[in-house]
Amino acid sequence: MTTHLTDYAGPRTQRAGWQLPVSVLLSGIVALFFIVAALTPGALATHDPFATDLYRALQAPSWANWLGTDDIGRDLYSRIIWGTRQSLLIGIGAMAIALFGAIVLGFSAALGPRWLAEPVNRLLEILLAFPTLLLALLFVALLGPSASSLLISVGIGTAPGYARLVRAQALQVKQSGYVEAARALGHPWHRLFIQHIAPNVFRPLFSLVALGIGQSVVWASGLSFLGLGVVPPSPEWGALLEAGKINVTVAWWLEVLPGIAIVLVALSFTQIGRYIQQRAEGEKR
Amino acid sequence: MSELTSAPQTSATRVEERAVPRRRSVALLRTLSVRIASALFVLWGTITVTFLVLSVLPGDRATILLNITSGQVIERTPAELAPINAQYGFDKPIVEQYLHYFWQLLHADFGFSFELQRPVVHIIAEQLLPTFTLAIAALLLAWIIAIPWTLLTAGRNRRLAAFGSAVETIMAGLPQYWIGILLLIVFAIALRWFPVVGGTSLLGTVLPAITLAIPLAGFIGHAIRGEFERSMQQPFVLSARARGMSLAGVRWRHVLRHALIPAITLSGWAIGNLLSGAVLVEAVFARPGLGNVLVNAVSNKDFALVSGIVILISFLYIVINLVVDLIYLIVDPRLRGRA
Repeated sequence: MTTHLTDYAGPRTQRAGWQLPVSVLLSGIVALFFIVAALTPGALATHDPFATDLYRALQAPSWANWLGTDDIGRDLYSRIIWGTRQSLLIGIGAMAIALFGAIVLGFSAALGPRWLAEPVNRLLEILLAFPTLLLALLFVALLGPSASSLLISVGIGTAPGYARLVRAQALQVKQSGYVEAARALGHPWHRLFIQHIAPNVFRPLFSLVALGIGQSVVWASGLSFLGLGVVPPSPEWGALLEAGKINVTVAWWLEVLPGIAIVLVALSFTQIGRYIQQRAEGEKR
Repeated sequence: MSELTSAPQTSATRVEERAVPRRRSVALLRTLSVRIASALFVLWGTITVTFLVLSVLPGDRATILLNITSGQVIERTPAELAPINAQYGFDKPIVEQYLHYFWQLLHADFGFSFELQRPVVHIIAEQLLPTFTLAIAALLLAWIIAIPWTLLTAGRNRRLAAFGSAVETIMAGLPQYWIGILLLIVFAIALRWFPVVGGTSLLGTVLPAITLAIPLAGFIGHAIRGEFERSMQQPFVLSARARGMSLAGVRWRHVLRHALIPAITLSGWAIGNLLSGAVLVEAVFARPGLGNVLVNAVSNKDFALVSGIVILISFLYIVINLVVDLIYLIVDPRLRGRA
């Protein structure tokens, strides 16, 4: 969804001072925490994420269980920490697929020869008529619920939006003065592409990587929450939400707290992405 | 169209102006037909993409169908499969299946749901209203949240604008399902103001609508804010102030009108997103509707139903965006030259 937000972003006036480095710093700390949790969950977790203890089922957050326990007494904090790896990996994988698709489609639409660009443009138009979630659901229906199909579906679902951004970026570079000048100097097309077009198109894409991970984690968890992604014994965040659904009337923490992890990842990665984007735009001026 | 666009003319200019509207209306007609043709093309494309995606399904469709309707997963003999293949036309070449599907769609026939054993059209007709009501309620609510918020915070001092913008970013970034869970826990379970399982009653629609409206209000607010701040720099603001109009009056009567234009475009886009976002929200609130049916259809591999709902939502999305475009063409003559 953030792709659309950036599309409709108003003029970037000079006084865009609200994105203080403080918010970026905080986002960085949050992102770092989750990256460490994904790499070495054992170091941050306080309990075994799969150890059940029926005497301590559905305990509210306390000193013993920081974020409470679930219906068979597993420690929620440790489960969220252990779930980070899978959630982030799905997010990163989906982002990679989306970005790869977006680059292929966006580049051929903007820079390809006419016989290629025209059909790709039409295809993009068609794909953009599918809301992200629907396109993803179509592929979940095809592939069945599992972590890998989740990754593919979310990647395909979010790709058209990014492809539009890549196409716009590539068109802008293609029509810029320096490319025209280089062409006027008689440079061959491959040199034009390698020296002038590619670096200037790829640099802004770094912000898309961060934005894409945040958004993919949200979509993937949403599908798991619907019961169409990773299935419950796993501590993946969407699966945690799905598993806690039954006990929502008695144990609010099971639904609220894994959601906070998702929100924190989404907001911090988005914030970092937008900061990179602003920096890249600032350099151009 | 001419009543809407041509301003009253003085008699001196009327003679030479007469030729111009006719040329304009030709241009308008051409632009209109190009837009409609491209919308039809995209519509055809969504149908084709949906058909293609679901027909490359791994595994034999007749086997899946039999296994699901009988509830057991076993190998099937050709004798068992033959009637199913004949009934659903799986044995025909793919081009023929495609043409047949397309022909059916032209007659508003979306096929037969093997899971629910009913025509897809009946299921959709039943479930469309609750989902559509929810989407429209959410859209209205998003506008009701976004306009005062931007009016209060945009184009004033830097701090306030920064705060307003940050809140919008956070609202737009929140996952719908999580907002829904929070609202459910606070207002339905803890405070008991709303029913936990609300059905499609008015009271039960409030929380789902707010859930969908909050992220959308963030997007709409963001769009309004950008245009609002641009419009505040326009000369007409200064001239209205010079005429003695109050600042609040200028903001409300002049600047806001300009600022709403991109947000209206965004609303066309939002309809598609609201209809698909309803999938998640209906799951949170256990609310009947297209979304709930779609989730079940996806997990049961009920392809006729999945493709029917996906095509219908894309269709609504395309039509609504076409209407928004056409309204612009009629309201804003500057756009007519561009196709």
